[in-house]
Amino acid sequence: MNFPILSSIIFLPLLGALFIMIFKPKNNTGVVYISLFTSIANFFLSLFIWWSFDPLFDGFQFLEEKNWISGFIKFKLGIDGISVLFIVLTAFIAPICIISCVNSIKNRLREFLIAILILETFMIGVFCSLDLVIFYLFFEAGLIPMFLIIGIWGGKRRVYSAYKFFLYTLLGSVLMLVAIIAIYTLTGTTDVTQIYEIKIPIQYQNILWLAFFSSFAVKLPMWPVHTWLPDAHVEAPTAGSVILAAILLKMAGYGFLRFSIGMFPHGSEYFTPLVFTLSLIAILYTSLVALMQDDMKKLIAYSSVAHMGYVTLGIFTFTKQGIEGGMFQMISHGIISAALFLCVGVLYDRMQTRDIRSYGGVVNYLPKFSLIFIIFTLASLGLPGTTGFIGEFLVLVGTFTKNYLAAVLATFGVVLGAAYMLWLAKRVIFGKVTNESVTKLTDVNKSELAILAILALLTIGLGFYPNLILNTVDTSVNSLISNYQNNLASVEVNSR
Amino acid sequence: MTNLEVIFPEIFLTLSIFVVLMVGVFLKNTYSLVNKICVLIIICTGFLVFYSNETLEKIFLDSFIRDKFSNFIKILILISSLFVLFASQNFIKDMKISKFEYPILVLLSILGMFFMVSSNDLILFYLGLELQSLALYILASIDRNNIKSTESGMKYFVLSALSSGLLLYGCSLLYGFTGSTNFDVIQMELNSDNIGALFSIVFILVGLAFKVSAVPFHMWTPDVYEGSPTSVTNFFAVVPKIAGIAVIIRFMDIPFKNILSEWQLIVIFLSIASMILGAVAAIGQQNIKRLLAYSSIGHIGYVLAGIATGQQNGYASSLVYLVIYVVMNIGAFSCLYLLKFNGSYTEKINDLAGISKSKPILAFSFLIIFFSLAGIPPLGGFFAKFYVFISVIKSELYTLAVVGLVTTVISAFYYLKVIKIIYFDEEQTKLDQIKNLQTSSIIFISCLLLISYFIYPSVLNNIIEPIFMN
Repeated sequence: MNFPILSSIIFLPLLGALFIMIFKPKNNTGVVYISLFTSIANFFLSLFIWWSFDPLFDGFQFLEEKNWISGFIKFKLGIDGISVLFIVLTAFIAPICIISCVNSIKNRLREFLIAILILETFMIGVFCSLDLVIFYLFFEAGLIPMFLIIGIWGGKRRVYSAYKFFLYTLLGSVLMLVAIIAIYTLTGTTDVTQIYEIKIPIQYQNILWLAFFSSFAVKLPMWPVHTWLPDAHVEAPTAGSVILAAILLKMAGYGFLRFSIGMFPHGSEYFTPLVFTLSLIAILYTSLVALMQDDMKKLIAYSSVAHMGYVTLGIFTFTKQGIEGGMFQMISHGIISAALFLCVGVLYDRMQTRDIRSYGGVVNYLPKFSLIFIIFTLASLGLPGTTGFIGEFLVLVGTFTKNYLAAVLATFGVVLGAAYMLWLAKRVIFGKVTNESVTKLTDVNKSELAILAILALLTIGLGFYPNLILNTVDTSVNSLISNYQNNLASVEVNSR
Repeated sequence: MTNLEVIFPEIFLTLSIFVVLMVGVFLKNTYSLVNKICVLIIICTGFLVFYSNETLEKIFLDSFIRDKFSNFIKILILISSLFVLFASQNFIKDMKISKFEYPILVLLSILGMFFMVSSNDLILFYLGLELQSLALYILASIDRNNIKSTESGMKYFVLSALSSGLLLYGCSLLYGFTGSTNFDVIQMELNSDNIGALFSIVFILVGLAFKVSAVPFHMWTPDVYEGSPTSVTNFFAVVPKIAGIAVIIRFMDIPFKNILSEWQLIVIFLSIASMILGAVAAIGQQNIKRLLAYSSIGHIGYVLAGIATGQQNGYASSLVYLVIYVVMNIGAFSCLYLLKFNGSYTEKINDLAGISKSKPILAFSFLIIFFSLAGIPPLGGFFAKFYVFISVIKSELYTLAVVGLVTTVISAFYYLKVIKIIYFDEEQTKLDQIKNLQTSSIIFISCLLLISYFIYPSVLNNIIEPIFMN
């Protein structure tokens, strides 16, 4: 196909943002419609890409290549089974954010939507790029709109949180930049597919892996560099939290799959115990921390850290179940956490508080909302029949084949996850009404209901038919694993 | 027979300065007229340089050199001075410093820089440097009724004279130990065994480091930047830096070429110290001009990092950095011309609070320029750093690369602080509405260049790299 479909899906939101900037529609409804139109068009474009994507083809599809920095960097785009799902997820979450923020964002809605659209461009760009420098460019550029989203439209401690988010991520990523330049001086290219072929010398792999790890670990986030996440989530507006949880965190998981494992198999193998340890600490420790939270958003934020712990655990088993489980967990967490943050947003818009103690007995006044909230609570703790179960289950199966102890400990995490989510539901939805203002609450309106219902259907639908996702990633994951094993084996032969 | 065509732009510039000086002396209230003529002279000189031959040629007993490098630097100096003059015109009138000497002094300093970058001889180099500096001393104290401005001129003069003395001492040592003032002869005579000559390098580098305000010879910078009128600060932050860096590259490339290992360590030290101080000292600043002063110290550190590689591609990356630095600084200072509070120009960072609501476009320009200064992709500032880091890592100077990256993160903190005040804080002071088409257009151009740089990021490399390929 000659039509540059990946470039168009990347830059369409940017065009929408520019359109709003230049033509300055008089009232906010115009802005909302333009941005909604752009993002929904982009979503359909992503569906089209998914539909025309060939899941059995081993390698990158929809390749685009243009000379960019003459002589050494090419603007190279392409997707495989792993990235196509993230593109669809991103394009799916963006219109949801736009719909959800219309009610909750009171001032400077226009600028907010521009920021969201620009952010969408950068996020899709991350998942499409097949060149390290392009990847870095999109990866870092996303900091600017997110910094502004947290800082301008955030809560009370927004400035602190925005700074923390920005500086943590920047520090992690500049190390990746050094590693990228080092890779360029070692191999003479920054094209990912070529680096797969050339293979980086073993003596450099560990240090380069660590540099990439520093960036992804902060972004994912892994314990102990996760502390920016609760702050950022709590202070960000609802739409910001949704994007942060649903997509920005996934960039790191994607980075592990595409770059860490693909380019540094030896580094990955060498550091697997480290990743396992950190993931287990994340799962167990942050679950315990989540139990003690009074702030709903903070609780969900900590649960995100725990859930992303499963993702790294699964990815670094290097088994088919583990990696596919990690993938599935990322998609599932993208949907569920987005929905949970939206639910909290619904309550917050009405009560202006996220303190769990000021709720209780919500089910008596918001029946529809409560039903949906319970669905997502159960999905989040991994009830069979929801997406949460499939992801965690596959990860645990993969882990069992590699490391018995790790699997047992991770299973404890599932129990803890059930504990904090159910306790959250008990305190917020059920129980006695202790706060007068809960009685005056109104149930979800149509647009909120529509969004949440779609997300709920998706959670259950994918829970019953996970092959929709697993079929897409299958070939790519197989080739990832076989490349990885060939790499390890070939060097063992050489060293003999 | 000397080929005078080589030095034609300089001759033209000198003669026209005399003519325009006469105009200023004999007619009254001639600032606008003189300014226009000066702009015209700059443009004409630019054309003369642009259309002159690019072949390497040396005249006057090999003391004056013209090559691609000098031509490129001269054009860069002219364009940036033109932009600075153009953007600051209304500010100068408003501040009542619209004396006709102002643009003429700018031209004189440009003439000095021309000789600096074209010198192939220690004596010519020193004369050019002094001509440039003398004009700058007067410019710094041009607002002579303002105590801060006169103080900054005095401070600059005393410290600069000291550094010139050191430089001259270094030159004389170099002459004593090599027997010549000519760069080419010095290059042949210098080797690592010539201890006395090595000693002279230290003095020369101190003098040059002072001119580009590299740490630890930076002390004058914040005070002079703060005290001088903003238009002069703008000029200081941009044009003399170009000439200074160009001269450093010339010194490293010709006379000191064979003793790379000796001067490399000094430049690495200057670079690391500048990057660290530029990042750390700016954090507590309340005055935006002081903040930009420390920021420029930090940026010079990155430029020196490219030079410290001692390789041609390192010099090229430094020049790329320098060009982008110039664009960012012209933009940043031009924004200051639009900040007026109760009829006087404000320099306090806190006065910027909440201008994102009252002046969204200006606020957005600040956003672009400061994120670019912080080196965040996809803006121009990122590519500047990127190329420097590539050449640094290629030369295996890993310490330099790591320090550079860490200071990038630290300095991001204070750039973010400005953006935070503009975008996150509530409006406290109501800034005056200023309509200034000239300044706005310069800001627009610099923002546009910074945003769109990622579309074709090798544009500067394609121009600069051939300069170093001979």
